[in-house]
Amino acid sequence: MKLDTTRRGFLQTSAGAAASLVLGFHLGGGEADAQTANAELNAFISISPDNMVTLQIHKSEMGQGVVTSISQILADEADIDWNRIKTEFPGVKPVYGTPMMGTYGSLTIRTSWAPLRKTAAQAREMLVQAAATRWGVPVSQVRTENSNVINTATNARLTYGAIAADAAKLAVPANPTLKTAAQFKLIGTSPKRMDTQMKTTGTATFGMDYRAPGMLYAAIERCPVFEGKVKTFDATKAKAIAGVKEVFSIGHGVAVVAENTWVALQAKKALVITWDEGPRAGNSTPGLRAAWAALANTPGQSVQNTGNVDTALASAAKKIEAVYEAPYLSHAPMEPLNATVLVTDTKCDVWVGTQIQTVAMQAAAMATGFKEDQISIHTLYLGGGFGRRGGEDYVHEAVEVAKHMKGTPVKTVWSREDDLQHDTYRPASYTKFSAGLDADGYPVAIHAKVVSPPFGQPGVQTEGIRDMKYAIPNFRCEQHSPDVGIPVSYWRSVGYSQNTFFMESFLDELAAATNKDPLEYRRKLLANQPRMLAVLNLAAEKAGWGTPLPAGRFRGIAVVSNIGSFNAQVAEVSVTGGKVKVHKVVCAVDCGIVVNPAIVAQQIESGIVYGLGPALKHGITLDKGRVVNTNFNSYDPTRIDETPVIEVHVVPSTQAPGGTGEASTPTTPPAVLNAVYAATKKRIRVLPALQKDLA
Amino acid sequence: MPAITFNLNGRSQSVNVPNDMPLLWVLRDTLGMTGTKFGCGMALCGACTVHVNGTPIRSCSTTAASVAGKNVTTIEGLGGAHSVQKAWMEMDVPQCGYCQSGQIMTAAALVQKTAKPSDADIDEAMRGNLCRCGTYPSIRKAIHRAAQLQQGGRA
Repeated sequence: MKLDTTRRGFLQTSAGAAASLVLGFHLGGGEADAQTANAELNAFISISPDNMVTLQIHKSEMGQGVVTSISQILADEADIDWNRIKTEFPGVKPVYGTPMMGTYGSLTIRTSWAPLRKTAAQAREMLVQAAATRWGVPVSQVRTENSNVINTATNARLTYGAIAADAAKLAVPANPTLKTAAQFKLIGTSPKRMDTQMKTTGTATFGMDYRAPGMLYAAIERCPVFEGKVKTFDATKAKAIAGVKEVFSIGHGVAVVAENTWVALQAKKALVITWDEGPRAGNSTPGLRAAWAALANTPGQSVQNTGNVDTALASAAKKIEAVYEAPYLSHAPMEPLNATVLVTDTKCDVWVGTQIQTVAMQAAAMATGFKEDQISIHTLYLGGGFGRRGGEDYVHEAVEVAKHMKGTPVKTVWSREDDLQHDTYRPASYTKFSAGLDADGYPVAIHAKVVSPPFGQPGVQTEGIRDMKYAIPNFRCEQHSPDVGIPVSYWRSVGYSQNTFFMESFLDELAAATNKDPLEYRRKLLANQPRMLAVLNLAAEKAGWGTPLPAGRFRGIAVVSNIGSFNAQVAEVSVTGGKVKVHKVVCAVDCGIVVNPAIVAQQIESGIVYGLGPALKHGITLDKGRVVNTNFNSYDPTRIDETPVIEVHVVPSTQAPGGTGEASTPTTPPAVLNAVYAATKKRIRVLPALQKDLA
Repeated sequence: MPAITFNLNGRSQSVNVPNDMPLLWVLRDTLGMTGTKFGCGMALCGACTVHVNGTPIRSCSTTAASVAGKNVTTIEGLGGAHSVQKAWMEMDVPQCGYCQSGQIMTAAALVQKTAKPSDADIDEAMRGNLCRCGTYPSIRKAIHRAAQLQQGGRA
């Protein structure tokens, strides 16, 4: 992807993503050449005289298909020829997102749908106006089709490229007419992904693949204990390795700069470092668990309180308590973290796969002391994100290293061990539930107490519990937020990733305690939640809930509402000698209007496979303040032979778009482990469910 | 150090690198062929898979010296029109795409060896290749399709 900073420098933005159409027509670089210059109709759409349309993709492509889906929205509303599109990832501008330009929270389609349509419709009307003026006809006599304007009286045609320069000079219409759903040609269809070809031939440029002339490579040995620092180091052995250029401390670690990645990684291992381990060297998984269990017996901060839980619990016909636990999780994207940085006296260029360009820019500004306008963020393809690449740490470090090597581009590369041992983890949680049931077996009260480290926006620790959709008259959710110095952050589906497992498993316990069918139980408690009910019923119907299964197979069900969408899953499992085999997952999703059905199905499948790992296989273990897991042998994600048959059923909808990237991850662990309960009568309350727990 | 010579994607290639330098880094950093990916460095994820004399191997754990005189094929050498690549494009398999070079190289060796692989054959051959985006269901479909294409099958 080419980033023409000169041209982009001409962009002038007005406030607000939707309204800010920029209008400048820029004649090339030094040698003005109207034949090759792109006319910029706005910050998203520019058109060359040869009728190629360049779309600015303001979101990061980490697999979720945004290059394709954003292009579909823009191309449909502006009647752009699908086969004559180029895409670029732009630099940081307010028009591409305020307060942050970034890709997180499954927000791309949710927040871009309306503004992108308006932006594209404005561009289309400007092209129509330019053609009408050139032909001397009213705009009503001009229509658009496949990057052409057409005079409906004469059938004369001009390409967008032929009139784009005129159009770019026009005023931006404030209220363009949008297409009706019936007029959509691309939205709601599944054209091939625009990034498939390059990702099938090895030609997509991920951050790891970026190469700058004269570039060196760096690796960092970080203090194994979080918040620890370098006390002293001996680089003699490291420097004896041919190809090592520099070794220096960056405070929390020692950096090695070398002529290639392999030398850098070898020299990193050869460093002899004495650490000041700091205050967190006592952290261990059993120790944290004991401390949090004690906390759970004390009152926490109330985040949701409806009715009177204490009174209702005291008078309930039956009382049930349970404790659920989930470990820290690593994101483990396939592409280890990396960033390539060139620092000079006056500017800093960063080539990186980042989810949040604004965070990357701010990290670089902080590390260099430069102003933000001296920083250029060049976004490359991301080899997975899952929340990890929204962090500032890896960019900050890479800039620190490059600052030391001023004038030389340096790519700082993380090993897989670095990735697993220095992640910003999905926080662990210890959550205690008490429920009171009425004489019919339905909950009159639920009290949840969540113990989990604080991070991010308020409320993320308890989402999936405090905002549960069941009709329970008395409900209280409290939280304790112990900060134990382990870096934590957003992990695909955030709080829902563990809390939906807790909530949906506990609800299953309540149903089981009174011998009720878990589907019927949920239906009754969701009677006033039509969209929840619809996905629940669809998943149950498609999975044949209640119909006979082959011997040894059992079903489990779970449902959630998050990121503006609704998701239900029925898992079908067998358990042999404690080993769980997930045969099939049937998923129903309501994510509102769908831009690209094939990409939605991909995202839902993806989220299910991602959710299977923490259900059955992996978690982070701490000892002496260190992460014990080292590589994929001790943090082993889901593999192909563990992947079930997955069916995705999408509820047709005209509601505003919901998210999809994080829609299905929460429901997989409870659906699977509720099925495991059906199979074994063993209730898994601690993730991951290992063979020894079920044997 | 003496040059190490091997055949890379049909052409003779000499490199002046230490004997124990992993083939992965020779390809990526020395030769600039970045289609082959680094994922774990311990032959646990398959992202770095290439063929040596037609057999899929993990280039992160294969030394440069060990491929002297041998035929190395990388994703760049498959040509873009290989039946596996065609099937991958037809099925839109990649999501983030980072693991896909390795997936495709392993799959190419599978359909070369087993003309009509079963789901069990696919699981067995592909279980060493991790994909965090969970493209496995699409990979299964695409391998069946590639096998069809290889036999002259139509859509």
